[in-house]
Amino acid sequence: MSSSEKQQEARASLVAVAQEPGAPKPDPILVAVGVQRQFGGLTAVDVSRFELQRGTITALIGPNGAGKTTFFNLLTGFDKPNEGEWTFDGRSLAGMPAYKVARTGMVRTFQLTKALSKMTVMQNMLLGAPNQKGENFFRGLIPGIWSGQEKANRERAEELLRHFKLDAKADDFAGSLSGGQRKLLEMARALMVQPELVMLDEPMAGVNPALKQSLLDHIRELREAGMTVLFVEHDMDMVRDVSDWVVVMAQGEIVAEGTPREVMQQQAVIDAYLGEHHSVSLDSGSGS
Amino acid sequence: MDIGLILNQSITQGLGVQAVIFALAAIGLNVHFGYTGLLNFGQAAFLAVAAYGLGVTVATLGFSLWVGLIVGVLAAVVLALILGIPTLRLRADYLAIVTIATAEIVRLVVRSVTLRDIFGGSDGINRFADEFYALNPFSSGLALGPLTFSRNDLFVVVVGWLLVLLSCLIVFLAMRSPWGRVLKGIREDEEAVRSLGKNVYSYKMQALVVGGVLGCLGGFVFAISSQSVQPDNYGTDLTFFAWAAMILGGAARVFGPVLGSILFWFLLVFINVTLTEAVRVGYITFIDGTQVGQIQFWILGLTLMLLMIFRPQGILGDKRELAFDVK
Repeated sequence: MSSSEKQQEARASLVAVAQEPGAPKPDPILVAVGVQRQFGGLTAVDVSRFELQRGTITALIGPNGAGKTTFFNLLTGFDKPNEGEWTFDGRSLAGMPAYKVARTGMVRTFQLTKALSKMTVMQNMLLGAPNQKGENFFRGLIPGIWSGQEKANRERAEELLRHFKLDAKADDFAGSLSGGQRKLLEMARALMVQPELVMLDEPMAGVNPALKQSLLDHIRELREAGMTVLFVEHDMDMVRDVSDWVVVMAQGEIVAEGTPREVMQQQAVIDAYLGEHHSVSLDSGSGS
Repeated sequence: MDIGLILNQSITQGLGVQAVIFALAAIGLNVHFGYTGLLNFGQAAFLAVAAYGLGVTVATLGFSLWVGLIVGVLAAVVLALILGIPTLRLRADYLAIVTIATAEIVRLVVRSVTLRDIFGGSDGINRFADEFYALNPFSSGLALGPLTFSRNDLFVVVVGWLLVLLSCLIVFLAMRSPWGRVLKGIREDEEAVRSLGKNVYSYKMQALVVGGVLGCLGGFVFAISSQSVQPDNYGTDLTFFAWAAMILGGAARVFGPVLGSILFWFLLVFINVTLTEAVRVGYITFIDGTQVGQIQFWILGLTLMLLMIFRPQGILGDKRELAFDVK
């Protein structure tokens, strides 16, 4: 894989960052402090500090039940924390409803893909476009008011669909797509919102190996286009390949942070994945 | 058997004032359920508050009919807000429970003895639509082939079908707009729509109001056509007949509820008159004329069941977009 300028830039920005949980970043786009979520007696998430470097691809990894998705839900307003503060681009998001979070430029996808299956692929895409005049009931009744904007949105959607190789499916119902194509559609639809930060919850889950590579390429392209990416993933190989920085969660807390190569060596990460008292490196056998 | 009589009555009812009322109620339901996925089991309440808003304003308070119509629409809007504020943040089934209860509460309040001076108790309110009939441009009734309408009925039916067409036009325009696209998205998965920056709660509320106001037009037609509002006309059967009409014609289709309502009333009257005639002539001997009323609903119910099994999307529906899974 050729390393692009943006990748070098992203990795260079993280060189001086300490490889420890909660490490401060030189230019954080997202900062979370003291975010806690309890379900009854169980503390699902307890993140004392988390910073996300702008323009990077950051992976959030951890074993099942580590609280990754819950943390995602909290940051994006889909769940409310018991306590905690977080800012996106300097704006406080705590207590903000999910739809407003999305409007600030922080858009997420879901672990279980939410393609709107009884709408066409194109309708799915158009739904993502922000600030539509025709989304007001009264203005919607008069096509002249919104048709121009609709046309522009449609062109942008067609371009994205071509890019994600879904253009041939534009008029098909989203329910007829394969699992991998739905993941692609969900990503393309999120891009219609014109986000600055894209948060992908297990984008590779249930996708065949061939499509995984193309998904990885798409994730890289998000960074090339100047966006920041935070994604949840299980598969270590995927993480190593694409991410500039890795954050490891276990039992609700961030237990390690660092570059992909180094974080895999850390005892806390090995403990989290394999249980304590293991001396095996997770990186062994990868041929690196 | 008098085949002519059977057809005359069925066709007249299928295009008559009942069909108009249920078409309007079902058009509103279609906005709620067909396009937005909201389970409203209290559509009768929207018709009731509109009819009573009109009746009370004109007969009890002495204002003109036109003020009454405005009050009726406002009442429907307020009802939608009252229903929506506590329930639209919850799961869909809560709205279903609350709406069915609310419709019964509305009916019991207007028929209560305590409020008799305002709503007229179980007798309801009568004779408040003279202003409407004074505008009747027709000089006589209609007797065209099987269709027979009196002069006043003809006026109501013509105005009623114009309202149906206008409502269909509004639904058509709204659902091809980006506004309608958001509603359909909510029907499919509201979390996804939320993640794209749309205020789902507000859109569900708007859908509830729009569908309620369209349905409330049926309440006006009901009230004006009979010059009376009576509490027991707005029971749960009104709501479920409207549901049946919508499903029969095809939900999430502009003309589905209209076709459904026409067919529903045609079938209901066709079955009734055919059975009555068959009993009278002596073809059927094991039931008598008074039992026909019950049996017509058995047969209608059976017809609807067969429809759901063999065409779950309704007559005009698109199976890929919305179908009822009966398996």
